[in-house]
Amino acid sequence: MSLQDKDRIFTNVYGYQPWNLKAAQARGDWDNTKALLERGQDAIIQEVKDSGLRGRGGAGFPTGMKWSFMPKESKDGRPSFLVINADESEPGSCKDREIIRHDPHKLLEGALVAGFAMRARAAYIYIRGEYIREAETLFAARDEAYAAGLLGKNACGSGYDFDVFVHRGAGAYICGEETAMIESLEGKKGQPRLKPPFPAGAGLYGCPTTVNNVESIAVAPTILRRGASWFSSFGNENNRGTKLFQISGHVNRPCVVEEAMSISFEELIEKHCGGIRGGWDNLLAVIPGGSSVPLVPGEQIRHAAMDFDGLKALGSGLGTAAVIVMDKSTDIVRAISRLSYFYKHESCGQCTPCREGTGWMWRVMERLRTGDADLAEIDMLQEVTKQVEGHTICALGDAAAWPIQGLIRHFRPEIERRIAERAGDVREAAE
Amino acid sequence: MADRHPEPDSPELRARWGNFAWTEANAAKAKEIITRYPEGRQRSAVMPLLDLAQRQVGAETRTQGWLPLPVMEYVAAQLDMPIIRVLEVATFYTMYNIQPVGRFHVQVCGTTPCMLRGSDDIMAACKAKGMKKGHTTPDGLFTLTEVECMGNCASAPMVQINDDNYEDLTAERVTHILDELAAGRQPKTGTQEPGRHTVEPAGALSNLTAMVSENHDYRGEW
Amino acid sequence: MPKVKVDGVELEVPQGATVLQACELAGKEIPRFCYHERLSIAGNCRMCLVEVKPGPPKPQASCALPATEGQEIRTDSEMVKKAREGVMEFLLINHPLDCPICDQGGECDLQDQSVAYGRGASRYHEHKRAVTEKYMGPLIKTIMTRCIHCTRCVRFSEEIAGVDEIGALYRGENMQISTYLEKAAEHELSANVIDLCPVGALTSRPYAFEARPWELKKTLAIDVSDALGSNIRLDSRGREVLRILPRVNDDVNEEWLSDRGRYMVDGLTRRRLDKPWLRRDGKLVAATWAEAFDAVAKINPGSSVAVIAGDLVDCETMFAAKKLAGALGSTLLEGRQTGLAYDASNLAAVNFNSTLAGIEDADAVLIVGSMIRDEAPLLNTRLRKAVKKGAKVFIVGPEWDPTYAATFLGDDLSILGNLPQALVDAFEGASKPAVILGGAALGKGALGAGLAFAERFKLVRDGWNGFNVVHMAASRMGGLMLGYAQDGGIADLVAAKPKMVISLGADEVDFTKFAGSMIVHIGHHGDKAAHAADVILPAAAFSEKDGTYVNTEGRVQYSEKAVFAPGEAREDWTILRALADALGVTVGFDSFDQLRAAMVAEVPALGTEGLADYGALPAAPSDAKAEGVIAGYPIKDRYLTNAIGRASPTLQRCSAELVHGETFAEAAE
Repeated sequence: MSLQDKDRIFTNVYGYQPWNLKAAQARGDWDNTKALLERGQDAIIQEVKDSGLRGRGGAGFPTGMKWSFMPKESKDGRPSFLVINADESEPGSCKDREIIRHDPHKLLEGALVAGFAMRARAAYIYIRGEYIREAETLFAARDEAYAAGLLGKNACGSGYDFDVFVHRGAGAYICGEETAMIESLEGKKGQPRLKPPFPAGAGLYGCPTTVNNVESIAVAPTILRRGASWFSSFGNENNRGTKLFQISGHVNRPCVVEEAMSISFEELIEKHCGGIRGGWDNLLAVIPGGSSVPLVPGEQIRHAAMDFDGLKALGSGLGTAAVIVMDKSTDIVRAISRLSYFYKHESCGQCTPCREGTGWMWRVMERLRTGDADLAEIDMLQEVTKQVEGHTICALGDAAAWPIQGLIRHFRPEIERRIAERAGDVREAAE
Repeated sequence: MADRHPEPDSPELRARWGNFAWTEANAAKAKEIITRYPEGRQRSAVMPLLDLAQRQVGAETRTQGWLPLPVMEYVAAQLDMPIIRVLEVATFYTMYNIQPVGRFHVQVCGTTPCMLRGSDDIMAACKAKGMKKGHTTPDGLFTLTEVECMGNCASAPMVQINDDNYEDLTAERVTHILDELAAGRQPKTGTQEPGRHTVEPAGALSNLTAMVSENHDYRGEW
Repeated sequence: MPKVKVDGVELEVPQGATVLQACELAGKEIPRFCYHERLSIAGNCRMCLVEVKPGPPKPQASCALPATEGQEIRTDSEMVKKAREGVMEFLLINHPLDCPICDQGGECDLQDQSVAYGRGASRYHEHKRAVTEKYMGPLIKTIMTRCIHCTRCVRFSEEIAGVDEIGALYRGENMQISTYLEKAAEHELSANVIDLCPVGALTSRPYAFEARPWELKKTLAIDVSDALGSNIRLDSRGREVLRILPRVNDDVNEEWLSDRGRYMVDGLTRRRLDKPWLRRDGKLVAATWAEAFDAVAKINPGSSVAVIAGDLVDCETMFAAKKLAGALGSTLLEGRQTGLAYDASNLAAVNFNSTLAGIEDADAVLIVGSMIRDEAPLLNTRLRKAVKKGAKVFIVGPEWDPTYAATFLGDDLSILGNLPQALVDAFEGASKPAVILGGAALGKGALGAGLAFAERFKLVRDGWNGFNVVHMAASRMGGLMLGYAQDGGIADLVAAKPKMVISLGADEVDFTKFAGSMIVHIGHHGDKAAHAADVILPAAAFSEKDGTYVNTEGRVQYSEKAVFAPGEAREDWTILRALADALGVTVGFDSFDQLRAAMVAEVPALGTEGLADYGALPAAPSDAKAEGVIAGYPIKDRYLTNAIGRASPTLQRCSAELVHGETFAEAAE
């Protein structure tokens, strides 16, 4: 079931070869893109729907369906926009960076194909500000594509005018949320908008807008070339395709690798990462989808299918397939507390539960880390996470709550041990 | 972060930066940037223009660059934007330095994936060089900041210094990099792991081996 | 009209209503902090969460959710109760518990809602956040640690005032509300953010630590600081009015008030005329009422009497004075103190006919000779709304910043005879075109040209009258209705060389022109007229008497007495009644009710609250033309426009700091 090299989409993911247009074309990119477009908008969307591609940015919404929400014609003269989310900031996630710096033409070609399919006038690629060299590559690749007539007026000779612009962020995780990204593109603080209205109705500049992840867009041309059935031949039902996995933390060889969806955790680690540091018995826990999903204890995940449903069954999620592995040397409370700090740092401050709750949760987590707390505060913290979860404008509140809930669910005895230990220390010192 | 605030307005600040204007090259760049956005939507350009301004200030001061208030006002005027909205943006996004920084802005990633791979050691190595979080060294060379996940998790731990990333660090490796920079030399960027190219499984390439030596076209095998 | 169910009760709600509005229609109270009817929806406080089916299995922000057919809304479920408790707890964890020393105490949304919806005790054991104060000028006191980040102040400044000067800086729990470089909020409506602030973060600086809300008597009154007739509430304790707040009246001031109208309150207790004064040997000396009336009787003017009404007086005072003058045989009445002499024979021609609320619908507007922001601040917010809806605005006169897009056509009135094509196109294509003439235009004799403009572009059409005059004096329209207008204006009074001039608080008159007349001043402040007066009869300010006012759109409104006039000062009508006795004539009323009845009998429109009907616009005079250059606008200092304002330390400071740019050292606290 494991993926062969010929079925890998991102063949230059490691950057052994140049990213430039000539090299990319030699690998098959921009190969008669005109013919892809000539299939027509509806056919492209249908193909993507049939492929079973689900959004690669974390939420897993079916990509083709998302495209189909865009208006087929503009009734009031408003143009449509495609916004490509390259604001990769979820702790653990580091795949879009590799696409952008090593295979940028896959993204640019995908932008044209997707933009054409949803009848967009232009695409804005919102790349996180910290990806400085990556953005330089992207700008240069874009200029190459324009110079070659692949983008811009009469893109690829298709008769379709399509612009691609690159917009750099400046250090705000929240801009990965689609409406915050739109706000940021409009020159404002990245504060998520209320929904409805949804971007497909009123997004960038009040125009119909679709926001897609880099990987979702970049795989589209290959799906069209090789067909929906090829793509959907990988992975389990409802979890089709190939996927870039990013394995970090306590494995012997951390890496980014494209694999078939639904590969088992064990196979992924053994095949590409040289196993768990210190062996499988040393595995403590795994955060399988980036910092926002709850952790899974090591013994539960070993044979799990790495896909949306397989990880959901474990009370976690695939997210961006950013797999953070923790062995038994890990201070698990600190590992999660550090994530709590991250969310506190990245909260936009707009809505009450997140602005106030993320700081509160982090402060309690820091005390739990050292055991400087009452046992009752574990339940209180759990309640506070529930007061944040589901009460905020965007999903950052949920993302801040879930890792803590996962920790309490699976590592409560460890927290209690620290509290008891510290209480003992204090008593001893007092005597 | 709580102590993040703009460098206070003062006659000295006005005297130094009150006459800020784009260099000829940056003026052209700014113009081009504004054309990326639809007519009447020039406010969209505030982020790239602030970045450009910060870089110009950096070039003038031989630092990473920062945003004095008069420079923000200059950008606001160019975009016909209320200054308070520009200040909102400059204070919201952490990559805008709203206070002066040193020649090298050492940004150590401290989020969990880097923490698991030893970012504590990296931070300690920086501190051993006399740096202090949130401060610039007396010689003006280094400003140390702990930053949140930089998206280099498969080659952690890492540090971003001005525009470049240094990955797969150890205390020794980061010390060496800092020494090189201090000596005016440019160390190798990217992964510091001997034999590693980028984010492949180091030392035991598990896939796409054909790509190492040639720009392999897999289409023939489809 | 979608049908929804709120807590099991089905009801129909208007198309476009939100879930919050649906709940209110169903009689359910929905707690909220950030939501405000007149501001854009922010949805950030999360206090208004309700349970809605169909929808995701989590509570929804009702302020932002459209009500749609078949929704089942619950405001009383466990989920909603928990959500409110949770949000309340989050709002309170970093909010200081300094209610006992907070000026918002007793009228604080946070206080009220935490009692109603909060949990009993706090579970927060970490350090609370502290935020440094932000200077926002002489009117707004800040305690930013209390801020709950609802952003109402930010939205007000940007959306209503049109002055983008307040922002939310930084992010996350470090978010802070501030003006740029902590500059003073610099527009004429700035203090409304104090009312909008749901907590004690923004409070009134001059009113700090003055009183508790439950100590205050609340009286419904009408603002006299301009001619809009903003509806206000006078909060008084004992004999002192301590603050002025706006009341809601969608037709007039919505729920805003100009800074000038709000803060002239402390002028009410300063520089007061609290006893009679007589001029002896060129100097004013204190006198008794008996001596004062004797002095007036000795003038013995016969019919050689003129009455000048000031800007702040009520209709009853003007009517009583008119009766007195009439009894003496004079009809020399004038209210246009600075010499305006436009034709007032048809009041429709000097009225704001579109109405204040109606002007929001205008789609093309020509403003001639009015600096609206100074002269009628809350008219400008209406014009802003019109522009937001697409109206095109043109202005003749020296340039000022309207806060919205407008085309200035220069300050030469002759342009009205030579209109630019862009204006002609806009007005010919408009469905509700309007012209607004200000004092500077009337002063240049442009009224006729304005009427001609109205004829040319058919400003009067089905259901729409686009001809407007904006006045600056609270007494103006009432005065015109009562005949306080001579053909030649105040010059007619000067020419008549009256033996006695009665000044009804006429503090803007150049009395040197009445050098031969005895000046009897019935007024409340030791202002300009008092310096010229021979006899001063201390009277009541607007807050100290019942009275009728007619605003610039011809709206008749009643104002009530909040406190007694200070010292020996008396209500104006009683003074005039007593003067009749002193002069040996009868005026036909012995009580305020009789006076009012007589006034209504003579001018019936004054007997009904609401818009007076002035009939159709007159035809433009055949020789109408406009010429001359508008050199400037009448108001030179927006804070010091009347005797009360000039006496107010707060407005003096506003003038010094915001108009004249003086800086004040902050007292070290």
